[in-house]
Amino acid sequence: MRKIRFIPLVIFLLCTLLTQAQTPLANPPVEMADGMRSNGKIYVVVGVLVIILFGLFAYLISIDRKVSRVEKSIEENKK
Amino acid sequence: MIKKDIFSKSYWKYACVVFLTYTVIAGFLMPVPALEILHETIRNLYFHVCMWFSMMFILTVSLVYSIRYLNKPNEDYDIIASQTSYVGLAFGILGLITGSLWARYTWGAWWTNDPKLNGAAIALLSYFAYVVLRNAMDDEQKRARISAVYNIFAYVMMITFVMIYPRLKEVDSLHPGNGGNPGFNKYDLDSHMRMVFYPAVIGWLLLCCWVASINIRTERIKRHLQNQ
Repeated sequence: MRKIRFIPLVIFLLCTLLTQAQTPLANPPVEMADGMRSNGKIYVVVGVLVIILFGLFAYLISIDRKVSRVEKSIEENKK
Repeated sequence: MIKKDIFSKSYWKYACVVFLTYTVIAGFLMPVPALEILHETIRNLYFHVCMWFSMMFILTVSLVYSIRYLNKPNEDYDIIASQTSYVGLAFGILGLITGSLWARYTWGAWWTNDPKLNGAAIALLSYFAYVVLRNAMDDEQKRARISAVYNIFAYVMMITFVMIYPRLKEVDSLHPGNGGNPGFNKYDLDSHMRMVFYPAVIGWLLLCCWVASINIRTERIKRHLQNQ
């Protein structure tokens, strides 16, 4: 009697395993731009952005130095 | 005498260069979680969100200096308060434009009735009003005092509409961490993204401070020449 009760329990447990096994099939992997990276082309974009960023930094630094020079010249005029 | 302080120092500007270079390189090359709808646009987190963080930070600095000005009417406090709020406004506009572009390709429209979008727009308008208010007055002390008082009001408006209103349970927002949900969404918790996101926040914050520091220094020179 005990063994007979045990059988449906095992079947139900196997059913849960089955549904779990199916979940990856129900959710296919999300498409990402992995191919772009593997082709190496994303490095071009990164390169372009780094160049732009460094151009902006150079510009900011030059403005910063200009302001420092003006500050200095005002100080010297006072003396 | 032109004031020399942390704004003329250069070490934190080098830090800014390092952090932002890292952000651009790692931001594109580090792995990100694969999510529906977002796909690779999840990398916008390193750029779009940082605009808002920088805006919030620099506007908080502006608020502090407005309060300090009301406490002790020092002209330099007015310079810092006004220039930082201008830079905060610029970063807010960048955040709004980048968010609009992102929304077009993920939510399907340039502008949605999302409470955070409308709230951010209202917050920016209240800072536009600050700029208009400052330009409307010629008397320097009067301008400094009135705009300091208004700045406190504008900051409260900004916090209410950007931080509090979109988080209410009654309104539903498309942004993560809104509509009664206190935390960020799960993609923010990804450890790879954190490795880029936190340095990105620091880098953009420092850039925001750098731009503000140049504005502050030129304004100091301008006032110095006017006072002579």
